[in-house]
Amino acid sequence: MVVGFLILLLFQLIGEVIVYMMAIPVPGAVVGLVLLLVALMFYGRVPDSLRVSAEGLLSILPLMLVPAGVGLMVHFKLIAEEWLGITVALFVSTFLALVVVTGLLKVMHRRGDEDVADGEDA
Amino acid sequence: MEAWLHFQNTSMVWVLVTLVAFLIASWINRLANRTPLLHPVVVALLLIIGLLKLTETEYEVYREGAELISFLLGPAVVALAVPLYDNLARVRSMLVPLLVACGTGAVVAASSAVAVGMAFNLSSSTLLSLAPKSVTTPIAIGVAEKIGGYASLTAGLVLITGAIGCLLSPWVCRMFKVTDPAVRGYSLGVSAHAMGTAYAFEYGAIAGAFSGLAMGMTGTFTAFMLPPLISLMGLAGG
Repeated sequence: MVVGFLILLLFQLIGEVIVYMMAIPVPGAVVGLVLLLVALMFYGRVPDSLRVSAEGLLSILPLMLVPAGVGLMVHFKLIAEEWLGITVALFVSTFLALVVVTGLLKVMHRRGDEDVADGEDA
Repeated sequence: MEAWLHFQNTSMVWVLVTLVAFLIASWINRLANRTPLLHPVVVALLLIIGLLKLTETEYEVYREGAELISFLLGPAVVALAVPLYDNLARVRSMLVPLLVACGTGAVVAASSAVAVGMAFNLSSSTLLSLAPKSVTTPIAIGVAEKIGGYASLTAGLVLITGAIGCLLSPWVCRMFKVTDPAVRGYSLGVSAHAMGTAYAFEYGAIAGAFSGLAMGMTGTFTAFMLPPLISLMGLAGG
């Protein structure tokens, strides 16, 4: 558990350092995520302590979203002025994303079923 | 009253408040048959906002107090590597469709949100806060800070997007006559991140796994894609 949490923090730190040194506009934790994935591919399996920490953290992920969400209260004035545009933008973009992803997967996945061996001639 | 003034600035009180609010919100959500309209995260943050207003507490005081909880977001993002690794074999077999769908979906979600916002003449910091809204909160907050949006506004918009995605998903699936749980889960994960993933698990483990995968991939991809997309759409990145 302790080792697993240490691994997560260590990869986050490495990610933060890389982002800082190379001045790339990506959160350090995301770089840490990619690095850990690559490391796991080389290592060949997930160490038990890492799995315990990772699954424990991910199971309470919704809870961690709450404090940042409370920050909405700071923007009540801005939301009161722009609520219509924000609401329409959220509905339209979420709907379009769902349609595009569902549609693309339906079309491409079916083609994949027909010739499983070779699906790269598109 | 004096005691309150003393404890108001301790982490203990605000961590406790957050946990209790989340438990109450989960209970309300169960009573309401788990409707995405009353998502535990949304209900919990409304309860806390109500409490802060009642006690005339500034958001800053709460934010610092609940820092212990927010701190865990970083390691939690890194932890997404584990479910991604677990599903690696399945991902490899469907790699091309998954990558295309994730990439296209992420670009469509961000650019259509910004385009609609522009049509409504929203201020540029609102637009920059809108752009990362389809991505799981920890990543979205980081991206919003990087491109010059309001992290706290983005966090709220992400949560509302999650609820909208859960609401619209069954409808879109009926429209396309999709029954494959992998497709259902994956589209939920691309458009409605962690909240979509939690919802996808109700279609079964496969839908949940694919949704988690989509969430991780979309988040990672968006983090790299958004800064150039933003400047392409004529918004100055900060």
